[in-house]
This record gives sequence, structure tokens and C-alpha cells, in this order.
Amino acid sequence: MNRIDLKFKRLKAEGRSALITYICAGDPTLHITYELVLELERSGADIIELGVPFSDPIADGPTIQRAAQRSLKHHTSLSDILELVRKIRQKSQVPILLMTYFNPVYQFGLEKLARAAAGSGVDGFIIPDLLPESGREISRILRKHKVDPVFLVSPLTSSKRLGMINRNSSGFVYYVSVTGVTGARAGLPRDIAQRAPELKKMIKKPIAVGFGVSAARQVAALSAWFAGVIVGSAIVSIIEKNIGKKDLVAKVGRFVKSLKS
Amino acid sequence: MLPDKNGYFGIFGGKYVPETLVPALEELAAIYRQVKNDVVFKKELHYYLTTYAGRPTPLYFAKNLTLLYGGAKIYLKREDLAHTGAHKINNTIGQALLTLRMGKKRIIAETGAGQHGVAVATVAALFKLQCDVYMGAEDIERQKLNVYRMQKLGTKVIAVTSGTQTLKDAMNEALRDWVTNVRTTHYMLGSCAGPHPFPLIVRDFQAVIGREAKKQILRVEKRWPDYLLACVNGGSNAIGLFYPFYNAKKVKFIGVEAAGAGMNKPHTAATLSKGTIGILHGAKSYLLQDKDGQVSPTHSIAAGLDYPGVGPEHSYYKYTGRAEYVSATDQEALAAFDLLAQQEGILPALESSHALAYLRKLAPKLDHNKIIIVCLSGRGDKDMEQLKEKSNIKMTIYDPK
Repeated sequence: MNRIDLKFKRLKAEGRSALITYICAGDPTLHITYELVLELERSGADIIELGVPFSDPIADGPTIQRAAQRSLKHHTSLSDILELVRKIRQKSQVPILLMTYFNPVYQFGLEKLARAAAGSGVDGFIIPDLLPESGREISRILRKHKVDPVFLVSPLTSSKRLGMINRNSSGFVYYVSVTGVTGARAGLPRDIAQRAPELKKMIKKPIAVGFGVSAARQVAALSAWFAGVIVGSAIVSIIEKNIGKKDLVAKVGRFVKSLKS
Repeated sequence: MLPDKNGYFGIFGGKYVPETLVPALEELAAIYRQVKNDVVFKKELHYYLTTYAGRPTPLYFAKNLTLLYGGAKIYLKREDLAHTGAHKINNTIGQALLTLRMGKKRIIAETGAGQHGVAVATVAALFKLQCDVYMGAEDIERQKLNVYRMQKLGTKVIAVTSGTQTLKDAMNEALRDWVTNVRTTHYMLGSCAGPHPFPLIVRDFQAVIGREAKKQILRVEKRWPDYLLACVNGGSNAIGLFYPFYNAKKVKFIGVEAAGAGMNKPHTAATLSKGTIGILHGAKSYLLQDKDGQVSPTHSIAAGLDYPGVGPEHSYYKYTGRAEYVSATDQEALAAFDLLAQQEGILPALESSHALAYLRKLAPKLDHNKIIIVCLSGRGDKDMEQLKEKSNIKMTIYDPK
């Protein structure tokens, strides 16, 4: 069992859902990302997603696009981020997934990346522009190195595809709550209550829900239906507003604590 | 038959998209399979291509240019004479008919030079579809006239200010819109790029260029051409001309990419000549990128050639050696523009001028009995404002004394 499986198992025993937090690595610097990851864990994040910036993030809204741009300004690379995770691992065993697009992964080399990721202590990959049918090779290679490929499900995914996505994913399955890009939204999609039971019938792994979740009451409501709730843009937006300020890390920590209340 | 059922041309192409788009791409592929050989659809498409778009476009023997170069016979496939001034209308009429069959009421598109945008805006007006076109802020500046044309046709032009503010970023934004509004919206992609089935559909709708050229050249010359020449960025006009000749192995294909200020400069748009294999906008293809897989900024004087990717079928043609890809600089394209204007009385689009520029290297070294067909993919009216700013126009003043 890797860190992700262990975490979901423990949370299930405690009757809790996982709070999964996303930040973009290198936004504003890799050193602050290091501090942020430790602070996120202290503040109650159960799993961390680290964004690997890409020049053309088609699944992301403006908030995360800007974060990627800030990070790319100082040429943050996948190698830098693997090195960062290695450093984090000396202090923390919080499950960490890298979220990025397929091109940086492909240029790194699939086999080389899987080996390096496992060696650094990365637990999984989320690649929103990679469908399971296009990602058979990388899934096989990642699994060989005990790194989880996490595939995504959308509100429009057919039940036939749900089975296929279930088979190809390890760790958990990422449910994109709305048709759209990442970014904070005020309400919750109305169909989520109806959709959850069908998803659970077809998907035999923990399901984490993300896109548009930004407030404690959304987290609480979604935790009733899903094994994990993902918050991204709302956190990135706090980072953005506090760049250059001394209490950036503390402010992010306070916000994450507030999500659990 | 390529692409295969998963949308691959050899190792190129495929579908690299968010899960949310899968049903829409499957629906599009299914509708296209249904209508592809449907007599009613073909009739309808033919009706609009002939009565509305002005097809077939002429194949013109450029006598003056031929004499000037003193080598091969040069023919121009006059896509510049198609309605809206470029080959783009071939694809948008086809995709508009598919949109109607899918029952969608809204279309979106990306545009670089604005030629595709105008062609989309045109069919939106014709078929009563709501239409939004994404265009990079820098391209809006370069191609103001086309922005105004789109607006007059009732389309909303949305300025994209992210990234390099050109075609690549317009495509990012169009994809984001599509992911959000996919239930009601068709993305009318303008080149033979993007995820499957777009490269297939766009190629098939553009193949009318090559099919006509085939008939026309046989009629006058009683034989195949030796060379086909077209500018390539996404590559839809080139694939449209090349594809129907694919099995005529003696017909050589040459695609001309934009070298910008020169191939030794850091920013070009010569994807096939300088790129490496990568994944952008839904397909695996050649790509201008750095070692980390970040997409490189591009430069070309032609807004319609200013994209760091290329259609996957061109990557396949390059990989297998079926086509050769060369490049022309901004300056060479400008010289070719002037030459065609002066020799033949035709103002070519700056994009097409890149194909024409390569004639200087190719035509003189060939025998008189060789034949070159150049795809004159669009007309240059849209570029006049940009060109005017670059040069001081000398007026001849009438002096009665």
C-alpha cells in the first residue's frame, strides 16, 4: 500500500473525507512552496496536489493560469519539483501527487519520470489532458514503480467509460464536478446529489471531487458524498494576494483550517 | 486509410483532451461517419460550395511568373477567389452542416489572421448560429480589417490577452470555452490540427482543393503535376491540395513554413523544420518547445502562420518522407507578394506569399516541361493595412504643368 491508499484507509476508519489541497509549485518560489506544503499538512490537508506549470493549461481558469505564469517566469521545471518533493519527504509523509499536462511529462520521458518520481517520493500523477485510452503506456509504467495514475471523470462521462476509468486509475478517481475549467464557484452543481450514487456504483476506488470548491460549507456538503474534496483555485488566490508579504504561509494555513470547520 | 479509428496517422494525432470533451468528439466523429457518404449531405455541401462559395476555383496558368523564372510551368490554384477570400470557407460550410445535424445552436472558433474567423462568422450568419470567435490581442492589432468584417457579420470577437496573444492562446481560450459550454456549442476548429476527428474532418472538407486541381490540370496538361507547393502552419490548405494526390507517388509535395526573421533566429514558426515531437491542443505532432516541454513563442509576419504546432498528418508526411518541408522568411514572403502583384496583378495573402517565395528557388532549376501547382490559399486585401504601415507609399502627384 502506498501513502495514498493508506491515507484513504485510515480516513475511512475514522469516518472522514480527505481534504485535498492544490498549489502550483514554484508560485511564487520553490522555497515558499516547500514551506506551504508543510503548512498545508499542519493545517489539516490530508493529500497535496502540486501543480507542475505548463505554458498552455487548457483545463485551468485564470487563477491557476496566472500561478503557472508566475512559476514559469523563473523556469520551474519538472526536475526542480521532483527535487522539492525529495526535500519535503525528509520532513513529511503527506501523500503528494503532481498535477500537470501531458507534454512536460512526455518530454521528460515516461520511464525516466516514473523512476524519478518514485525515488523522490511522489505518490501519483493527475494529467487532465490525458484520457485513459491515450495513457495506457504511462499507466503501466507508473504502476510498475508504485506511482498512481489518477484519471478524471466529468459530469458527461458515459457509464461505459466509468468502468474503463475505474480500471485504469489507482489511488483514487478525480470527479470534475462541472463542465468547465478550474476556478472558484459560488454554488454547487445541482446534479451532484443524483450523480454521486451512480459514480459510486461504477467506481470501486475512492472518489475525490474538485473544480469550483472554495468554501467550508461546500467542503462539508461534498464530504457527505465523496471520499475526498479538492480545493485549488481558492488557495492559489490567497497566495496571489499575499505575494511578498511575510504572513503568506500563515494566511494559507488559516484558510485551510477554516475549510475543515 | 489514415487516420486509424483512434485518430492516429502513424504515431501522430490521437486525442489528448480533458475527459469532458470526449462525448462531443465522439458525437462529432459519429455524425461525420454517418454523413460522409450520405448522398443528401454531399448534395447539400456541393450546393453551398458551388452556388455560395464560388467553387470550383480556377486553376490559373501564371504565364508572366513562369517566363520570369524561366523554368517549370507555374499554375496557381485560386483559393483567393473563394467567397470570403480564402480556402477557409470550404471547411466552415462543411462543419456548419455538421453543426446543424448535431442540433447545436452556438459555434465558437479560434482565428489567427482572421480568415478562418471571417469564414466562421459567414456561415454563422448564413445558417443562423450564434458565434463567438477568439483572437489574440496582437493579431487583432495586425488584422483589424478582418475583426471589423466578423463584427459586421454578427459575430462577437473576443480578444485574448493571455500568453503570446496570438493563435495558440486563442486556441487555448476556445478550448476552455468548449469545455464549459460543450452541451450546446460546436467548436469549429479551423485547421487540420486538434484532437481526432478534427484533422480528418478538416482535411476531407479541404480536399476539394486537390480534387478540383487534379481534374483541372488533367484537362489542360493531360498529365499530373510534378510539384505541389503550399504554405504550412496548421496546414489545412496544404493538406487539402496534397491529400487527393497522396497515391500519385511521382507528385512531390512541398510545404513552406514561416521562418520569421530567419531560421537562425530564436523565434520562427517553422514547426516541422525546427520542432520536436510533443502534445499540444489535443494531438501529438511536431511542436516548437523547449527541453522542459514548454511551448515556445513564435514569430511570423503572417498572423495566419504564427502557431507553434502543425496538423498531425503533416507530421506523418514529414516522418515518412512523403512531403518535404522548407521555409521562407518574412522578407522573402514580402518580396514574393510584390512580385505576384506586379507580374500577375494578384495580391496574395502574406500566408500564401510564403509558398510563392519558394518558387524562386524551385522553378528556375526545373525544365520547361515540369509543372508546379501553388495553392494560392488567400487574397492579400486583409494585409494591406499592415503592409502600409511597413512602407512609405509613394504617391505620384499629378502636375498639370
